[in-house]
Amino acid sequence: MDLDPVVLSRLQFAWVIGWHILLPAFTVGASAFITVLEGFYLTTRRDVYLRVSMFWIKIFSIAFGMGVVTGVVMPFQFGTNWSRYSDATANVLAPLFAYEGLTAFFLEAAFLGVLLFGRKLVPRWAHFFAALMVALGTLFSSFWILSANSWMQTPAGYEIIDGRIFPTNWMEVVFSSSFPYRLAHTVVAFYITTGFVVLGVGAYLMRREQFAEEGRTMLSMTLWLLTALVPLQIFLGDQHGLNTLEHQPAKLAAIEAHWETGRRIPLALFAIPDDKTESNYAAIEVPLLGSLILTHRLDGEVKGLKDFPADQRPPVAIPFFSFRIMVGCGMLMLGIVLLGGWLRWRGRLNDTPLFLRLCQLAMPIGFIAVIAGWVTTEVGRQPWTVYGLLRTAESVSPSLTGRDVLISLLAYMAVYLVMYPAGLFLMIRLVRLGPTPTAERDAEIEAGRPQAPVLAAPVISEENVP
Amino acid sequence: MSQGVIQVMDFVPIWTLILGLAVFFYVLLDGFDLGVGILFGLAPDTASRNTIMNSIAPIWDGNETWLVLGGLGLLAAFPLAFAIILPAVYFPILVMLLALIFRGVAFEFRFRDAERKTFWDHGFSYGSGIATFAQGVVLGNFIQGFRVSGRVFSGSSFDFLTPFSVLTGIALLFGYALLGAGWLILKTQGELQDAARHQGRVCLIGVLAGIGIVSIWTPLMNPAIAARWFTFPNIIFLAPVPIATIAATLLTWHALGSRSEVLPFVGGIGLFVLSYIGIAISLYPMIVPYHFTLWESASSDRTQVFLLIGTLVLLPVILMYTSWSYWVFRGKVRADIGYH
Ligand code: HDD
Ligand code: HEM
Ligand code: HEM
Repeated sequence: MDLDPVVLSRLQFAWVIGWHILLPAFTVGASAFITVLEGFYLTTRRDVYLRVSMFWIKIFSIAFGMGVVTGVVMPFQFGTNWSRYSDATANVLAPLFAYEGLTAFFLEAAFLGVLLFGRKLVPRWAHFFAALMVALGTLFSSFWILSANSWMQTPAGYEIIDGRIFPTNWMEVVFSSSFPYRLAHTVVAFYITTGFVVLGVGAYLMRREQFAEEGRTMLSMTLWLLTALVPLQIFLGDQHGLNTLEHQPAKLAAIEAHWETGRRIPLALFAIPDDKTESNYAAIEVPLLGSLILTHRLDGEVKGLKDFPADQRPPVAIPFFSFRIMVGCGMLMLGIVLLGGWLRWRGRLNDTPLFLRLCQLAMPIGFIAVIAGWVTTEVGRQPWTVYGLLRTAESVSPSLTGRDVLISLLAYMAVYLVMYPAGLFLMIRLVRLGPTPTAERDAEIEAGRPQAPVLAAPVISEENVP
Repeated sequence: MSQGVIQVMDFVPIWTLILGLAVFFYVLLDGFDLGVGILFGLAPDTASRNTIMNSIAPIWDGNETWLVLGGLGLLAAFPLAFAIILPAVYFPILVMLLALIFRGVAFEFRFRDAERKTFWDHGFSYGSGIATFAQGVVLGNFIQGFRVSGRVFSGSSFDFLTPFSVLTGIALLFGYALLGAGWLILKTQGELQDAARHQGRVCLIGVLAGIGIVSIWTPLMNPAIAARWFTFPNIIFLAPVPIATIAATLLTWHALGSRSEVLPFVGGIGLFVLSYIGIAISLYPMIVPYHFTLWESASSDRTQVFLLIGTLVLLPVILMYTSWSYWVFRGKVRADIGYH
């Protein structure tokens, strides 16, 4: 095979961002959850909240550290592999990335230290405040990065001079038409993802019985949250789809594997799309449902892929399947939440082992949906990096050879394949240890210096690691 | 802001200043941080390694964030430079990022992972060293300049490897380790501090050699730089830079041997300030050395203004809460203080 720097750079970008996004998907939600727990503890002084919070802070700290180091990789990708893209779009996009750094990364970093290490060094309210700032930071981060990504999907407020893109209206740039939907849908996705992780861990602790109280607190809190968020997410996804139909019709046609423009179109539940013959095999379709879902009308018109020149169509199979995976996950989530609600109503939430097992099984479901959603979004945008303005093939750094990128890609693969399993292993071990009680948790410790006498540390000492 | 004001003002100088400061903060903060990582490898036992690690555990993330800001600031204010320089240093950047990954996760992993502690300990010290070396190579490439045609880098991804860039890589290792030693003298006591004082002196010799060779080699490599430093009257105005460098070196040497806990760190910072100024004098007003000036690489006024407004508001706030987080963790560290 010929080594194409464009294809390899795309693979590399997909590789590094795909792994990176898994961590925000958890840390955005986890920091909010920790803030809520710290807030409850601050106001109610109930011990269980502190125990649960300290437990999650340990897991969070591992995920966050991994999120930071994989995140630092990201902006450099723009320069090393996508320098033509950087030159063409920096005037518009770079301030958004820079604002992410200024509003989010510093906030997260500075208060993270206090959140992780400062419980005994600062007053309680300041510790809570640090948790709040970290959570806010992750939200600001999502805001800016999704604003940038949305502009690449639905560019607005720009002019083109000599092949480079310049801003004309910052409001239109920051709040491009797909941004509100993408922000809402993604942030809710992140909260849901964390929700299912906490739900699963809670179920596991309940089944183990040793930490049943903590487990029940986790399960009950998150089940309420998910009951609200999962239906909301489905609604948001539907709205997002309407927006895509309006602004990126080719992407939507690919998502639906829909070739001919028409009204009263069916919905393909399953099919094997073929770009070459411009048709689907083995299609299982529901009549009329396509128009109804996509346009909310029975006779709504939906453009087919054949309406677009072949060099402006995304590949069809990937968005088609990844979208179905995402929606499938959404439906499964809804099922779990409804089942949980029913059990709660019958008062049997805590003693239905089968449901607890189900919750445990569902732990990765949010991550799967998030990756599937992003693959839909990004592959559906092809062949463009900036939709309709800049082609992916014209974005890559001209000096790169296929061999260069192959070397770097293999290096990223090797390193991530060491780091991620190690991180996962450590997080699983922390879960196994459970929310170990700490001796001095009630001691009131005012702001002091590290040198001041420090009470027995709430660490898991290496000895009692199984 | 009205269009008129935008057109009259030139925002390049202020962006040069902001970016210069951001990069300098990075060099300083992650410099001591990486330097501590380098010295970590020399520590004799687990207890002292824990102390060394704890001296930066709560702050390393913030320090590294300046790298992100430096990169993104360059992209925002001088995008052409970003688009030319980064592909030119493709492999040093790759190596730096991978090394930073190992070193960054080691903070969490080594405390949680008893069996593999030595693996992550190695990851931490080698990661710090390799990342530093890679940054030094980038610096060397920057001083040497790049092959450019039109608006793109036209060399090969292996251009980065030259004797000069290897030299700057090694020099930076000594430089960061010197800062790291200064930090450890501040934050530790007893034997650890003594060891840091000794290591500091070794590093200082390395730094001095590095500065010396670079200062001779650079003008030899480039007649324009030679002219800038050695013609009259520049030579008189610029003479304070090398003189101050010698003074700072002597001061640092003395401080490392005295009882002062602050001066070694301050002296190290002084040497970095002076080297930084020296490089700036050599290259100004180039941002893609010998091809594009700051003005030629600048982004549009609209871009610069939009970001400037936020930066002027946010940067002081950032400095405030960052100082607070340093304040919370002030004083000497101990190996046994609670992690979390
Ligand atoms: C919607 C959320 C989201 C998305 C789509 C991305 N990130 Fe991210 N990123 C975060 C949300 C986030 C975060 C939640 O703020 C992180 C994760 C853990 C952390 O430390 O902060 C983070 C960390 C993080 C860091 C390290 C910050 C530090 O030093 O503290 C950088 C430089 C980036 N990201 C850059 C990027 C780039 C260039 C992306 C796209 C190409 C990207 N991220 C996608
Ligand atoms: C965070 C979740 C994200 C995921 C999982 C993701 C995934 C992907 C994938 C799979 C590709 C490759 C598409 C293909 O080659 O067919 C891609 C390309 C790309 N994405 Fe994203 N993306 C994410 C977010 C972003 C964001 C936030 C940005 C920018 C602000 C971005 C910018 C790009 C660029 C520049 C490419 C260029 C390469 C290409 O188009 O192939 N992505 N992304
Ligand atoms: C079940 C109903 C759902 C529907 C109808 C739906 C619909 C959509 C649509 C239309 C897109 C946009 C593609 C584009 O035009 O760029 C999208 C993207 C995405 N979805 Fe979903 N979705 C659903 C459930 C979920 C769930 C449960 C999650 C995760 C927990 C999720 C996570 C994402 C993510 C991360 C993206 C990419 C970012 C974005 O473009 O917003 N979705 N979804």
